[in-house]
Amino acid sequence: MIAILIFGISFLTLLQFFVSYCHSLIAESRAYELSEQGREISGVTGRIVRGDQFRRLLQLIAVCPEPGGDSGQVRAVSLYFGLLGLVRVLFGWIEPAVAGWIESERSGCAYLAAVMLDRRIAYNRVLMARQMSAQL
Amino acid sequence: MLGPIDYSMWFADFLVEIVCVVCLLKKRAFTKHFTIVIYVCSSIAVGVGRYSIMATSGFTSFSYYYFYFYSDALLTICLYFVLMNLYAHVFSEMGVSKLVRGGAMLLLAGTAGISYHMVAMSSDRLVTHFVIELSQNLYFVGVVLTYLLWGAMTKLRENRTHLMQLVLSTGVYFSMFAGSYALDNMYPNTVVWRYVFHLMAMWLPVSWTYTFCKVPEDARMPTARVLVPNR
Repeated sequence: MIAILIFGISFLTLLQFFVSYCHSLIAESRAYELSEQGREISGVTGRIVRGDQFRRLLQLIAVCPEPGGDSGQVRAVSLYFGLLGLVRVLFGWIEPAVAGWIESERSGCAYLAAVMLDRRIAYNRVLMARQMSAQL
Repeated sequence: MLGPIDYSMWFADFLVEIVCVVCLLKKRAFTKHFTIVIYVCSSIAVGVGRYSIMATSGFTSFSYYYFYFYSDALLTICLYFVLMNLYAHVFSEMGVSKLVRGGAMLLLAGTAGISYHMVAMSSDRLVTHFVIELSQNLYFVGVVLTYLLWGAMTKLRENRTHLMQLVLSTGVYFSMFAGSYALDNMYPNTVVWRYVFHLMAMWLPVSWTYTFCKVPEDARMPTARVLVPNR
């Protein structure tokens, strides 16, 4: 009985901490302005990135060598994105407002993915420039 | 016996912890977040110790079993100090660090006492049971303390992004472990746990590395954006 209680409480707190943690990552990424090159490569126009672009951005992130330290965050946000998808399937049809909230959250995830991609592109450009200058 | 998946997870665990320490030292966070450095270094030492005991005595030996749970309890106590340090950072302007330290020690002693009492009441009274019980209880106390800290941070409108991410990632870690210990109690001897524990152990060093490497020390974020995003 105590084990079930502890599991229940831990699961609920885990959900809350995880969602808040993902929100903090998304909110932090909002302060980052995407570069023109990043926008061009990721196909993003304007400040809002649509939620359905998230998967494509993840694929682009996967082919871009990482500077280290953000792969765990990419996974965490992917998990959150998946969780949102599940909530949309389960509750989206009940209340249209829920669907709107989920879409804005998914858009936040997609913006974060675009920021991570942009950072990786910038890192790779610096690496390439260094390599070119070393060859000269 | 351990397979290639176990070894690769073990190695990945070790690698992320090394990267985390390097990152902490590179960002000169040694003095400000001393307890975090101590925790990650202890975790690396424990990893090496566990590996050497497993190599000499075997994965299913009693030596490994004892070492695993005692070292886990020690690491949990270290993490408890990390949490106290985070409390001290949040309440730094109030000048209540002595009170926080005293309270933490009292709570730690209380948890150990309750764990001992729970084991003393049981029929077999094995010392190993005490340490497992202590670990479980400390994880749960950790969840409650982190939750209280997060609550205090939202009330105080704490806006340091660094601190927010450190507290939230610690909360995720404590909740994952407390929940999985409880599940392990309900469904013991499940093979999948040994992989899950490895994966969960990677969470803290990975999230801390991200916070220290990518988030500027002076970054600020309104708490409301974490609680009610996209406003």
